[in-house]
Amino acid sequence: MDYRSILKELVSVSAVSGFEKQSVDKIKCLMEDICDEVTIDKFFNVIAFKKGVGINKKKLLICAHYDEIGFLVKSIDKNGFLKLTNMGGFDPKILLAQEVIIHGKSDIVGIIGAKPPHLLKPEETKKSVKLQDLAVDTGLSETEIRDIVTIGDVVTLKVPFMELLGDKISTKSMDNRCGVAALIGILDSLKDKSIEHDLYVVATVQEEVGLRGAEVMAYNIFPDAAIVIDACHGDMPDCQKDDVFPLGKGPAIGIGPNLHKRLTGRIIEAAVNLEIPHQTDVEPEDTGTEAWAIQVSRSGIATALVSIPTRYMHTGIETISISDIESTVKLVTKFISDLDAGLEGIL
Amino acid sequence: MIIKELTEINGISGSEDNVRKYIIEKIKDFADEITVDSIGNIIALKRGNSNKSKVMLSAHMDEVGLMVTGYSDGMIKFKPVGGIDERILPGKRVLIGDNAIPGIIGIKPIHMQERDDRGNNIKLKSMYIDIGAENKEEAQLKAPLGEYIAFLSEYTELGNDCIKAKALDDRVGCAILIEALKYRYEFDLYACFTVQEEVGLRGARVAAYSVKPDIAFVLEGTTCSDVPGVEEHSYSTLLGGGAALTIMDRTSYGDKALVDFLFSLAQINGIKVQFKKTTTGGNDAGKIQMSGTGVKIAAISVPCRYIHSPVSVMNKNDFKACQKLILKALNELNDEKCFNGFAMINGGGNINV
Repeated sequence: MDYRSILKELVSVSAVSGFEKQSVDKIKCLMEDICDEVTIDKFFNVIAFKKGVGINKKKLLICAHYDEIGFLVKSIDKNGFLKLTNMGGFDPKILLAQEVIIHGKSDIVGIIGAKPPHLLKPEETKKSVKLQDLAVDTGLSETEIRDIVTIGDVVTLKVPFMELLGDKISTKSMDNRCGVAALIGILDSLKDKSIEHDLYVVATVQEEVGLRGAEVMAYNIFPDAAIVIDACHGDMPDCQKDDVFPLGKGPAIGIGPNLHKRLTGRIIEAAVNLEIPHQTDVEPEDTGTEAWAIQVSRSGIATALVSIPTRYMHTGIETISISDIESTVKLVTKFISDLDAGLEGIL
Repeated sequence: MIIKELTEINGISGSEDNVRKYIIEKIKDFADEITVDSIGNIIALKRGNSNKSKVMLSAHMDEVGLMVTGYSDGMIKFKPVGGIDERILPGKRVLIGDNAIPGIIGIKPIHMQERDDRGNNIKLKSMYIDIGAENKEEAQLKAPLGEYIAFLSEYTELGNDCIKAKALDDRVGCAILIEALKYRYEFDLYACFTVQEEVGLRGARVAAYSVKPDIAFVLEGTTCSDVPGVEEHSYSTLLGGGAALTIMDRTSYGDKALVDFLFSLAQINGIKVQFKKTTTGGNDAGKIQMSGTGVKIAAISVPCRYIHSPVSVMNKNDFKACQKLILKALNELNDEKCFNGFAMINGGGNINV
């Protein structure tokens, strides 16, 4: 599968948490031909369904969120500059001299400017900027911009799709479009196979603002077992080694109270049996992923977590290795096939 | 548009080759003589009809950037070339060397920063560039020590009249010089496309020495701070406010008579003009003015917001105003009386010894 072009398509859409509607068709389109049916729920979760052939079939869920962090326009000043409020956590330090797209009546480009350095007070050179001190410059006057942009319009980063050495990709919203790319890969590799259990593959919304899409989706589907695919921190300089995961060494399989022990054990088994590169992600508390919401949905759901290492999370240069998506797809596909033998002894 | 092409070339101070090649190609049919001196300046001569006096136009080809200084595993360490506000660097994209190896300036995710660090800026010495290299050897191979690093930033039209690009400072000046070379004047016109302005006005110094002009004009991109968070009295120039004339800055005083001449010329001809109201910064005028026995200079600048960053913004009308104003001025100087008024009177002539 050509994950490069899938990722390119996936990052070309904007889906700021709570404003995913504008991209829902694109996501649906990418899943439509490789499953039995795609539905969209009230929250704009995109649910791809593949029917199982088994008599005692169960329900399996694989999900990854497709929302991204971004901003909303908070005010427009007399010179046409926009102030922003954030939807999800950007580090303001990356925003100086950053280009953005304002999704008004039409999409327009803006620049988050920086106050010239010679006008900074001494404390300003040390202390990082705050979002409220930043403004977007569109080159338009107040009247001109008010014709196109309204308070509350969505703003996303404008960044190129950049290919680094090896198979690394650096762009925005790899958290968690790389997970969505894996969902598409999983559906694609199963499309000509019949599987025992009903499979729900879901691209979810509003993860970045409190796992809300996953919460209603899990309640709705109520699967017997679930795997969440998300981004984890890739290896970066100045980070503690046991908090980060090297790129290209496979997905990190989560272990901890948030995650079902036997289900997780079977995933690791699948990885070992097929010699799929993988790593171990020890999560003693809240994983900060949708697994946290899904595990306690209704009367409880056995949930596992598979994460794709991503450097510089929540910036415009989120960096991943394509091979880690491939390994994730291979792993989850193998795991689903293994479950054809039944879920006895797991749940 | 020529500004698009000019700003998309990388030419960090000391590595202006590609800009030089492009400009020579553009001017070779218009200039009578093109010299590239030892430091790398292009000195293009357009011979005058009367051949009695010399006007120098100066615009610098170089732009600010970075250089590879070392490695930390597979990551690349760097230092700035020219004045860069290091606060803007984290999370930006760069191209390294002539092979244009793409890289990104990494930053520890906010989730992993210690609470105390979150509110502080990242120091340059702890920054690094990620090109996706697996180890030091691969990084070294792709991005050797001393390789120049440029910002990656596409030329983009912004709003109705503005553009965003890197290196507007001073490719806008280069564009105006290219235009000025298309006309013939009474005096000899020396269009000097200089190097190393950003690291100490070094190219202009030697170019001025070679040319020994009677009068010199510097065409620049200058600071424009009319942005939120800056009080109005600190605005250096206004975007859309027209050509900016310098009275004084850190490196030079504009020749009073020349500046007044430019200002009234603009007013008479309905060209939007403004004075740069702050005295910070400096440009090639500083070295040209002090060359030999001294040269009368004036600087005409295009206001650029977020100058020295990948996302400088200028207004096309300001650029046009600068171009129109210098062409008008050169046209006026064709008149010998007018010319001599600046070059000879008020202590303008050289003392005979």
